[in-house]
Amino acid sequence: MKGVLLAGFAAAAWLVVPPLQAQAVAAAPAHVPRPDMAKLDYDLQARQIAPRTWVIEGAVDDFSRQNGCNIINTAFIATGAGVVVVNTGPSRLYGEQQRKLIERTTQETVVQVLNLNLHPDYFFGNQAWANRPVQALPGSIAGMQAEGAAYADNLYRLCGDWMKQTESAPAAQALAPGVRTLGQHRLELIRLSGHTADDLVLLDHSTGVVFAGGLVFADRVPTTPHADFEAWQASLNRLEGLLATGGFRVVVPSHGPVHEGRRGIAQTRDWIDWLNAHMKTQAEGGLDLLEVLALPVPPRFAGWAAQPVELYRTLTQWYPGFEQRALTGR
Amino acid sequence: MIKLVQRRQLLGWGLGAGLLSSRGLRAAEDHTGGDPLGSMQWPGLRRHFLGEASMRFSDQVVVKGPAFADDAMNVPIQVDARALAGSAGGIRRMLVVADRNPVREVLDFAPMRSLPVLAFRLRLEQASPVRALVQTADGQWHVGGTWVQAAGGGCTVPGATRADGSWSQTLNQVQARFFNNVLEGSRRLRLRVMHPMDTGLVAGIPAFHLEHLELQDATGQAWWRLGLHEPVSENPVITFEMPPQGVGHLRLVGRDNNGNRINVELLS
Repeated sequence: MKGVLLAGFAAAAWLVVPPLQAQAVAAAPAHVPRPDMAKLDYDLQARQIAPRTWVIEGAVDDFSRQNGCNIINTAFIATGAGVVVVNTGPSRLYGEQQRKLIERTTQETVVQVLNLNLHPDYFFGNQAWANRPVQALPGSIAGMQAEGAAYADNLYRLCGDWMKQTESAPAAQALAPGVRTLGQHRLELIRLSGHTADDLVLLDHSTGVVFAGGLVFADRVPTTPHADFEAWQASLNRLEGLLATGGFRVVVPSHGPVHEGRRGIAQTRDWIDWLNAHMKTQAEGGLDLLEVLALPVPPRFAGWAAQPVELYRTLTQWYPGFEQRALTGR
Repeated sequence: MIKLVQRRQLLGWGLGAGLLSSRGLRAAEDHTGGDPLGSMQWPGLRRHFLGEASMRFSDQVVVKGPAFADDAMNVPIQVDARALAGSAGGIRRMLVVADRNPVREVLDFAPMRSLPVLAFRLRLEQASPVRALVQTADGQWHVGGTWVQAAGGGCTVPGATRADGSWSQTLNQVQARFFNNVLEGSRRLRLRVMHPMDTGLVAGIPAFHLEHLELQDATGQAWWRLGLHEPVSENPVITFEMPPQGVGHLRLVGRDNNGNRINVELLS
């Protein structure tokens, strides 16, 4: 009920409030896609979360054929002077269906496509946007070039037919962080790090929406293949600072529900803190990786999506380092 | 072990329901030699490693691995035959094999005066049963195992220290530490020996691996012996369970297949 009322109020407010004043709407329920495996239809829908701002929500889950490996939130802003697209999804097919949906939803031309980091579901739809400026941070582009083929192997194995004709197509243009006004939106690109070495964050000062990429997860176990946990915490501090000073209200994480406030930031911070303390404690206690894999997680994490497989991946990659430090006393 | 139990239950229910004929039919079609893991490689493995020796599948031999090998070059495995330690004169050998690896023999452990429990990591080239073939002093073999799913490729890509060349700086260095009270009645010894453990299956890189390790006390008596083969992971981390009382000065002695020696004192 509260959600419906809030949405109605905010919709009316758009008509009277000047466009550059920070405001946001994120109260409608998320769209849970029901992909059709026979037709290879992702069932993408655009849900408006703020003025001229839509999110295309993926499943809050791990990769699977049933969800089409669509577990990412992509988004677009029709600024009045062209559309900015945030992330292009896990496959060529996704990119094509995303592009149709965007062109159906807004009459504006797409002027910028952003890949917020190097992970495959941030850029594997790029083939559908080959005639538009597709941009990412330089380090992300280098990573896409280095790891794209391995990502493709893995996603073809996991996702099957959904990947048809998908090839890794890294972003073509390196971009620099900074603020610019595009149409009715003052958009800031911020370079942070920790989830990967180059985490691009898009902050829309005009609507108070932040597209936080992989730095913020909500209700889902964070992925950590390129993590630097200390840098990640520093980036979360930075985001929390921006939140506290009114820099944004609505968070669009790449994985997990769109939400207001610090929920996702707090969850991600809590997970990283717990995970590192847990690995250190168990390594100092002499436990082998296999024994650590069998330990339960605290109840507050147990209900998250992608549990326990994402935890297993994380422990398999990171616990051996803790074991080695425990053996060498360093 | 889960599969073994399920199979036993099925057989039990089948008998109870008077379905002897369908059970007989199933046995006639069985190309796995009665393998509870259902692997067609088992009859060949058995012939190769056990010959005509007497064997039985046993849930007293517990092999644990991850349901899915997220890192096919470092798949954690634990073998535990403590349930057999008090019977038939104790345990002579524990052979670990992976049915579908290009090199199937992983290691050969004689627990001697340590507990018959071993944890280590191996490379998997594809999804495979991983088994422990445990021989008691009476000559009888007891076999347990588990399936590990994997995307694979673990045996045919070079390890990190081979890829960056750093292995030569650290070859045969040993790190070791004792931990108390991890398993009841045991003092845990965790070892890491720096070695590239090249499988010989990567073009241009011949097989180069640790071949033998043993733990000796001050009198030169062995407390356990371990034979290692190509599938053991790079820079092996191996976990042994020793008697809880200290045994004074201990040395780790061993060699690789190129004759490089290991001989280090372990601080306990």
